[in-house]
Amino acid sequence: MRRRAALAALLATTAFLAAGCAGSTAPAASTAASDELTGSLTISAAASLGTAFDEIAAAFEAQHPGVDVRPISYDGSSTLANQIIEGAPVDVFASADEKNMAKVVDAGLAADPTLFASNTLVIVVPAGNPAGISSLADLAAPGATVVLCAPEVPCGAASQTLLANAGVTVTPASAEQNVTAVLTKVAEGEADAGLVYATDALGNADVESIVPDGAADVVNRYPIVALTDAPDADAAAAFVAFVAGDEGRAILARLGFGPA
Amino acid sequence: MSRRTPAFVPRALVAPAALGLAFLVVPLVALVARVQWSTLWQDVTSPAALSALGLSLGTGLVATVLCLLVGVPLALLIARSGARAAAILRAAVTVPLVLPPMVGGIALLFLFGRNGWLGGALDLVGVRLPFTTAAVVLAQAFVALPFLVLALEGALRATGTGYEQAAAALGAGRWTVLRRVTLPLAAPGLVTGTVLCFARAIGEFGATALFAGNAPGVTQTMPLAIYTAFNGAGVSQGTAVALALLLLVTAVLVLVLVRAWRPEAVR
Repeated sequence: MRRRAALAALLATTAFLAAGCAGSTAPAASTAASDELTGSLTISAAASLGTAFDEIAAAFEAQHPGVDVRPISYDGSSTLANQIIEGAPVDVFASADEKNMAKVVDAGLAADPTLFASNTLVIVVPAGNPAGISSLADLAAPGATVVLCAPEVPCGAASQTLLANAGVTVTPASAEQNVTAVLTKVAEGEADAGLVYATDALGNADVESIVPDGAADVVNRYPIVALTDAPDADAAAAFVAFVAGDEGRAILARLGFGPA
Repeated sequence: MSRRTPAFVPRALVAPAALGLAFLVVPLVALVARVQWSTLWQDVTSPAALSALGLSLGTGLVATVLCLLVGVPLALLIARSGARAAAILRAAVTVPLVLPPMVGGIALLFLFGRNGWLGGALDLVGVRLPFTTAAVVLAQAFVALPFLVLALEGALRATGTGYEQAAAALGAGRWTVLRRVTLPLAAPGLVTGTVLCFARAIGEFGATALFAGNAPGVTQTMPLAIYTAFNGAGVSQGTAVALALLLLVTAVLVLVLVRAWRPEAVR
């Protein structure tokens, strides 16, 4: 009796955990079934790719109805790279810089990443620019609350280079773990200014962006790779090809990303 | 608000006391004030919110069951050990309670991770725990178990062993004593501990973030969804506030439940 109860609890536990690992929905029916790709894809992508990859994933699923793209994990590239190195079950990794991609490649988990897009930095200020920011030098002004990405994430590394090139020293009020966190703090009006990618500021009504001098000299390139032990290797490779191919590039260009 | 301030409290302390109380209550009022009531239902039932909510409730329940399976025996063991052994055991159980959960997450990763003590062995049999739903449950159980053990252990120690000895003298076996005497007497402590354990599990953030990650639908529980929303990725801010309200309501309900079960709360 008691033993049976304990066994039932254990079984329930196991069943729940198994359910958590099971695949989800059937993909929408589509007529463009030109191939027999199947499986499900777990994708980790840099936070700045959020809008673009949601759109690309939907287009990819429409073209390959047998593939289910799971909700994509968006975060700072360094966070995602560390998770993958620690054993996170990921099929495709898209980083906002080559350095964090190199960490995953050097760990022997992937090979030959493909560069597929580029991005530059802008100064972003809340709508109306209450602090009257117009240049990188203004970010160093006493009394200006500035948020930047943490140095270990790609936008942070790029921000440091950009500021160093301009000879400006900024003490940020906060060093955020990913670029969307910086954008949110500025959009909320909690910070007077921040440095984000040009693509992040596009289409956000709560912020204005200023292209600083020297922005074109600090370019982030985005690599993408299918991980070596991705369970659905064919689907993973197809997704990488799709992102770097015509459809993916068209979506990225429309959202403001530069060519690789 | 009652005007029967005990005479031994100096009047001058009322102001800082009120300040302290306001500091605890007003931020939560501010949170409730920011809720968009018109879209609350939509926000709570958005796919991202529902997935986080379902995951939190499911993992929280499983973690609580796991905690009961190992926590009740552990509490019994501590309560019925000698003073010195009990003190050592209690300290061991309390460490995760006062440890920053982030540290617990790193510790779990170094035990079960790819390069961890057990992770390598588990990998050989094809089991990978980190960054899976199972990892969420483990992280929750790690931080929540001490609440259950300490609450139950306190109740067991308070009831003493008199009734148990009487039952044993009358011929009851160990299991019978446990089932018919020990646990019924400690029931309030068991319920309080279980409810606290569940509340702590669904509120767990730090250990989950490091050990289980933040994958929507797989490991993105409510606290992680709220954090992510304020980072502007994935979940909308309205959803984050709605989820925060949900966690706040849960916390209040937990308090009400725990109070209702306190023997001294019986009116």
